[in-house]
Amino acid sequence: MKFLPLIWSNLKRKKLRTSLTLLSIVVAFILFGLLSSIQQALVGGVQLAGADRLIVRDKVSIINLLPESYKARMNRIPGVDFATHQTWFGGIYQDPKNFFMQCPVVPEEFLKMFPEYLLPPAQSNAWLQTRTGAIVGRNTAARFHWKIGDKIPIQSTIWAQADGNRTWAFDIVGIFDGAKKGTDTTPLFFRYDYFDEARHESGQTWAEGKVGWYTIHIKDPAQAAAVAKRVDAEFENSSSETKTEPEGAFVQAWASQIGNIVLIVAAILGAVFFTILLVTGNTMAQGVRERTGELGVLKAIGFTNAQIVSFVLAESCLLTVLGGAVGLGLAWLLTSRGDPTHGLLPLFFFPTRDLWVGAGISVALGLATGFFPALQAMRLRVADALRRM
Amino acid sequence: MNENPTGGAALVRVEGVDKVFHRGSEDIHVLSDLHLEAPAGEFLALMGPSGSGKTTLLNLIGGLDRPTKGTVTVAGERLDQLSDRRLAAWRARHIGFVFQLYNLMPVLSAERNVELPLLLTHLSHAERRQHVAAALAMVGLSHRAKHYPRTLSGGEQQRVGIARGIVTDPTLLLCDEPTGDLDRKAGDEILDLLQALNRDQGKTIVMVTHDPHASARAARTVYLNKGQLSQEPVK
Repeated sequence: MKFLPLIWSNLKRKKLRTSLTLLSIVVAFILFGLLSSIQQALVGGVQLAGADRLIVRDKVSIINLLPESYKARMNRIPGVDFATHQTWFGGIYQDPKNFFMQCPVVPEEFLKMFPEYLLPPAQSNAWLQTRTGAIVGRNTAARFHWKIGDKIPIQSTIWAQADGNRTWAFDIVGIFDGAKKGTDTTPLFFRYDYFDEARHESGQTWAEGKVGWYTIHIKDPAQAAAVAKRVDAEFENSSSETKTEPEGAFVQAWASQIGNIVLIVAAILGAVFFTILLVTGNTMAQGVRERTGELGVLKAIGFTNAQIVSFVLAESCLLTVLGGAVGLGLAWLLTSRGDPTHGLLPLFFFPTRDLWVGAGISVALGLATGFFPALQAMRLRVADALRRM
Repeated sequence: MNENPTGGAALVRVEGVDKVFHRGSEDIHVLSDLHLEAPAGEFLALMGPSGSGKTTLLNLIGGLDRPTKGTVTVAGERLDQLSDRRLAAWRARHIGFVFQLYNLMPVLSAERNVELPLLLTHLSHAERRQHVAAALAMVGLSHRAKHYPRTLSGGEQQRVGIARGIVTDPTLLLCDEPTGDLDRKAGDEILDLLQALNRDQGKTIVMVTHDPHASARAARTVYLNKGQLSQEPVK
């Protein structure tokens, strides 16, 4: 600690240069935080996915519907605990930019399948008793200031009601929270029986008795691959062949439509940190060159080579850790308000794990940028250095 | 030739020292078979023209460089046998340096500059402050303790340099042209200070200078020319 004023004073020597270097480090770590949050938003669902859940969709495309009758057949397959279905509703609330997911579901099965959605028992009972009832995630409820008892009009881009009207009215009977940080609390779920009857009466016979995809709860997660194979075998050579995969793989495949997110993020951050390595390394090397004589004086006074190396490394680490802390802090603040797209990236947040990774990177960056200047300082011969004062 | 006319116990003993610098394929012989002894409590001036090897000899005595041949013994320690780490620790304990260009850290205040050698000791913060205050008082700069080198005159900077050199109460004070960058008045003040340190504190001082006015303040002057010492000035 007694050396800290000396190290700190050296950083203040060239204020403009230090500030600009610090600023570049701060920007790099803000970028790190934002990209980590985007990556979390796109692939974070993989980590949250249930290991004991399989997703069954049409083998050709998820936009093709599957028969509702499959559910009973799935429930008979060995290894399957129970199955339930969801269907994409594609509704708009007031404005197309107000995006959030809506799906008709079978309430009892749905709540049993997804225990990560926390709904108070009274609200879940209300949902079972209200045919037009819907439950909505805390995030969306807060966004639109919805409360229980509100009647919400949602215009579907796909489904019409009996009178041909595409605007569906739902009664908000429950607001659910997520059991874990990162649980998506943007969707709205409503009752499948209300939905199915209405679309039947509207004459949309092409979709009658059909659903979007199934989620299967399996008895033993270790048997996931075998059960998935049995499910697909069950519907082989039917009009709607299936593709079954673990929920995590399904989410991964969904995110991969954009590209290999992890690789893209790693490539961008790699380039950014490599540039910072050069910028900070150059600042440190210049700093050491400029005070060769002073380092000679320190050595003459009795400072050892190890102490001189420690000073230079401490200086570079102080710079990168300070920049890293400010950058990560700002990134945390910028992402703390959640999804900036209001629905497209429901899992958008800066994961604590990545915060620690960032802290580690800032220290590693300090050590890497200070390494060669420290070596340069260590190798200085005192008599030579004093001549350069 | 052995230079210790006082015949007292030698604090500094340089025996048969050669120093050769290698510049490319060329060998430059700066000191050859040099002998010098200085007893404790002496104020010794080392004179000679530029390039005569004065600073090289001072660096060898201060453990900043190693002889190509021969031995350097200071305060009973064979410097040529110490590792770099032990030599650094030895310097911290026994040597105070005063440089021609003061060599202060521009980013540190006068008191922080003086405190630097004390950072290598086990003294507490309060003890360090006491030592720093005493050293600054000794050089008459207590009122300038918080000032940075750029706000001090050359003479004041050199006083800070001297305070830094004596703050650990070293065995030996080595001064390399301490008045070389000062006007006559400021130079005289520095020489007065060095004389007082030698006379009142019994501090052993070896001072390199090419100024006869400065060397006249020393108790003894030896002359260095072409790597050899003599009692007489170079003609």
